[in-house]
Amino acid sequence: MQFYGTTLASPLMLGTAQYPSPEILAAAVKAAHAGVITVSLRRESAGQKAGQAFWSLIRDLNVPVLPNTAGCHTAKEAVTTAHMAREVFETDWIKLEVIGESDTLQPDVFGLVEAARILTAEGFKVFPYTTEDLVVAERLLAAGCEVLMPWGAPIGSGKGLNNVFGLRALRAHFPEIPLVVDAGIGVPSHAAQAMELGYDAVLINTAVAKAGDPAAMARAFRLAVEAGALARLADPMEARDMAAPSTPLLGKPVLA
Amino acid sequence: MNILVNDETRAVTSRTLAALVDELGLSGARIATAVGGEFVPASRRSQLSISEGMKIEIVAPMQGG
Repeated sequence: MQFYGTTLASPLMLGTAQYPSPEILAAAVKAAHAGVITVSLRRESAGQKAGQAFWSLIRDLNVPVLPNTAGCHTAKEAVTTAHMAREVFETDWIKLEVIGESDTLQPDVFGLVEAARILTAEGFKVFPYTTEDLVVAERLLAAGCEVLMPWGAPIGSGKGLNNVFGLRALRAHFPEIPLVVDAGIGVPSHAAQAMELGYDAVLINTAVAKAGDPAAMARAFRLAVEAGALARLADPMEARDMAAPSTPLLGKPVLA
Repeated sequence: MNILVNDETRAVTSRTLAALVDELGLSGARIATAVGGEFVPASRRSQLSISEGMKIEIVAPMQGG
């Protein structure tokens, strides 16, 4: 699957926040075999220059970066942040987040569509963090998005895929659009499930960064997305309500 | 003159945004700038005059999810 014409080395997108140390972050990115790493922008202090050290760390990892607009609550803020990110990271890819509600960090889909339209017109390749709402998805595609990133559950909650029906419907409605489950994945089985549903990638941060051993968990996620993607290709059986014997009854001796 | 850089008051001598970036020791650093909530590309920093009380944001790469 291509994302704006680019084939990723792996369907695992990894966030770079909340790791215990830069060394552990680097080890996790390598163990995950991440196809993309997400990054952000924050104020740079003249004395500390923390951003410059981080920049040299991610440059050395040699993995494509996807800057986000995390923390933005209006379309205008997100658009300005995207402009700054494009200059700093030298990429026109942007993970567009416009947050609408602070308890759930649910996207403000109205501001999201507005910002997506503006940024697409300016040549950005927008990766919108959205809900699984089909109508919003249509509007995002009409605004020029060529990728959709519905949430699995609220950011950082680790609850997995809250609305499997909705995610499956989205996949069925847009068979040709690259879809990424972004947010809410807590354990590798959630990531495998997303890939089994036919999603093209998953984006994970907290589940790896906050694990007791982030590099080991990164490897577990790598294996899970590989297993899920392979299962999808292998065409899983349909679930059914009643039992169906797997061992043939023909030729069974009468022993009763 | 006094300006606000990332919400901190600073007394600076620079007349342009490009000069301010130098004055703060950030020339050559990987940063982006905004003034009054509007993005100012690196190529326009030397044309942007600084005035008293101006609100300037300077951002750099940071960890993100």
